[in-house]
Amino acid sequence: MSLHPEVIRLLIFLVGIIAFAALNAAYLVWLERKEAGHIQRRIGPKEVGPFGLLQPLADGIKLMTKQLIVPAGVDPILFKIAPILVMVPAIMSFVTIPYGENLVARNIDIGLLMIFAFASVNVLGLLLGAWGSRNKYAVISAARVVSQNVAYEIPMLITVVTLVMITGTMNLHEIVMQQQGGFWNWNILNLAASPLMPVAFLIFFVCMLAETNRAPFDMAEAESELIAGAFTEYPGMGFGVFFMGEYANIVIGASVATILFLGGWQCPFGLFPGVHWFLLKMYFLIFTVIWIRWTYPRTTFYSLLNLSWKILIPISFFNLILTSAMIKVF
Amino acid sequence: MSAFAQTQTNETFVLNLGPQHPATHGVLRVKLVMDGEYIVDAEPVLGYIHRMHEKMGENRTWAQFMPNTGRMDYLHALAYNHGYVSVVERAAGIEVPERAEYLRVITTELNRISSHLLWFGAFVLDLGGFSPLLYAFDDREQILDLLESVTGSRLTYCYFRFGGVYNDIDENFAAGARAFIKRLRERMPMYHALVTKNIILMKRLQEIGPISEEMCRKYGATGPVARGSGINFDVRKHEPYSIYPELRFDVPVYTEGDSMARYMVRMDEIEQSMRIVEQALDKLPEGPVMAAKAPKIIKPAKGDYYHAVETARGSFGVRVVSDGSNTPYRLKLRSPTFSNLSLFGEACRGMLLPDALALMGSLDLVIPEIDR
Amino acid sequence: MIDYLKEIISGTWSLFVGLGITIKYFFQPVVTVQYPRQTLPMTPRFRGHIELVRDEETGGTKCVVCGMCQKACPSGCITVEGEKKEGGKGKVLSEYTLDFTKCSLCGLCVESCNFGAITFSKDYNLAGLRKEAYVFDLKKRLEEKK
Repeated sequence: MSLHPEVIRLLIFLVGIIAFAALNAAYLVWLERKEAGHIQRRIGPKEVGPFGLLQPLADGIKLMTKQLIVPAGVDPILFKIAPILVMVPAIMSFVTIPYGENLVARNIDIGLLMIFAFASVNVLGLLLGAWGSRNKYAVISAARVVSQNVAYEIPMLITVVTLVMITGTMNLHEIVMQQQGGFWNWNILNLAASPLMPVAFLIFFVCMLAETNRAPFDMAEAESELIAGAFTEYPGMGFGVFFMGEYANIVIGASVATILFLGGWQCPFGLFPGVHWFLLKMYFLIFTVIWIRWTYPRTTFYSLLNLSWKILIPISFFNLILTSAMIKVF
Repeated sequence: MSAFAQTQTNETFVLNLGPQHPATHGVLRVKLVMDGEYIVDAEPVLGYIHRMHEKMGENRTWAQFMPNTGRMDYLHALAYNHGYVSVVERAAGIEVPERAEYLRVITTELNRISSHLLWFGAFVLDLGGFSPLLYAFDDREQILDLLESVTGSRLTYCYFRFGGVYNDIDENFAAGARAFIKRLRERMPMYHALVTKNIILMKRLQEIGPISEEMCRKYGATGPVARGSGINFDVRKHEPYSIYPELRFDVPVYTEGDSMARYMVRMDEIEQSMRIVEQALDKLPEGPVMAAKAPKIIKPAKGDYYHAVETARGSFGVRVVSDGSNTPYRLKLRSPTFSNLSLFGEACRGMLLPDALALMGSLDLVIPEIDR
Repeated sequence: MIDYLKEIISGTWSLFVGLGITIKYFFQPVVTVQYPRQTLPMTPRFRGHIELVRDEETGGTKCVVCGMCQKACPSGCITVEGEKKEGGKGKVLSEYTLDFTKCSLCGLCVESCNFGAITFSKDYNLAGLRKEAYVFDLKKRLEEKK
């Protein structure tokens, strides 16, 4: 029996994607702790392995060996399915992200749309998990997550629509190919299309932080208010999967930002394009995300909604109108 | 916002905030009646760390109660030591040498800075910012090292004695204190740039948790809480004790009454405390640090005595009743945080949960001191 | 409208200022001490638990079993017992027990001693698995230290 080469290719990519997501989740925790440590003038993890590099492994073993308690009174199905509902869409989104010229599992024409479709499922997972936990703190957290995500999808999608108007395609591969040449061709500096492109990138980045529930928009987790928010009742690996899902979402957010605004795998000077440039840009964005977390206090959700409705949406709308006018005129 | 809060329905629920909750800094429990995320009613439940300090005082000799005072408010232990030794000295008529009074003020003010720094860090941590806590600890550690070198302990100092202090300072301490003040002066602009002027923090504190002057008076709030609401009252200025009348310092008063005002009062107090320490170090007279005639066994004359001091959290008063024996007949401790907390229930009505926690943080609660 | 834009710009600027401060600290050396791999010297005045002082002349303790420390202790954690000295006046220390579980390190015992027989130890690495490990027999500790 011979397998179709396409099937083998997809299988290899599937294993690769899951490994990439899991490895990233594990080592982003390490990066987060190290970075936080040095920002706060400490060392961070250092005991397990050189520079604490085996710490994620030790954490993983600890989480795996913990008993999976299903507290009395929870909705058993929702409680168990919620971590998976957060993890699976994150992995699915990886399918269409082009890391290099040929390094993509499935190059879909509506790749951008697919990523945003799956990104919204993540909210559902958090909502169901929190609701199913039968915990007052978790329910408050669920309400916050939903209002936050509804508010943030709008400016994010308006920005993306602006971008799609400029590029004329939703195929991520083509979007990158259009930014060939050098950093002056990247969409973030595409001032000919709209002078507000750097601002659009900033809006996209802020929305990405809010989408992935990262500080300063981590009201869903808000440990000094809601203990652990939606995750309050989750023990061991149940919490671990949520955690991995969260980091996988950050990786996706950073990847999409890299593709849309920073030219994907293209080199800033037009030389040697390749996957290394992609990873460099992506990890720089992730570094920034962590850096932001350890700098700012948390916002409250009404100031977050104020920010979204009074600042981000008007500006991104203005950008949309400006871009369409410029496309029409030139 | 208030329009929302007024639509009271029957669909309220009770949220148990604490006694094990990250934002209550210890074992305070607050029963919140919530309507969604709006607080309808709040009731602080106390007593989880009650240790009967007042009763313990009645069963110990006057000197043996000294270690207890530092354990009520472990963040500003020296001021509590100061309050207790002052009232016993007043009762027993002990004269304190001038150098000892200067040392008391220097160490107490350094301790006040350390208390405010820890509050600053913990408050920003309540609001979700992690790094300022560690920066504040870095500075606070310098103070603890200084105080350890003179008192021998890092937290519960027990440094004062009836009639003076336990140890004299040396050259290193004076030089170290001056170096620290120079260092903190350089760090303060960093704190203001990183935290005070941060737009997120400003949005979270300005006009949040307003406490009116009237409410402060009703509940007997003192210290930075009252001064943030426009009440110019500082025991150091208005009922002067020790050598405070000889030193020049200002009492920062803000009239807004919101969380930001209380925050600013404390940040300004750090600057004022630095001024006090500098002046006291300049003026420090030579002489003994312990009264020559201080009796070893204290037996104050019969009577009723009261003395108040200004701690980092407000006015701390000690009332002792002596029946002439070697133990107090009655010991009453008036702790500032108890009064400051009691206004929380009224002040947080109609607020959102995160705002109420910001308000609670701005009151600077130390739970062992509430329960005593 | 101008105020609105001004607030956005000044607010965004304040956020960048904050990021600048934290990244500056990121590249500065750490300030923590890696205890227990590194330790700091204790200050001479450090108040640890108490211990008996050796009398350089006799090699024994300076304690005359007056019991002042026992009376001064607020927590009642000191037990001093003595035996009649053979053929002489006064007592000889037979047992000096410190129950460190109750001790609050206030130092009143050291001050109450008129003979300079007790002092603070600099020992701060105190960890154990059993409560009984913290009932110190100070006389035995002094003899072991020889």
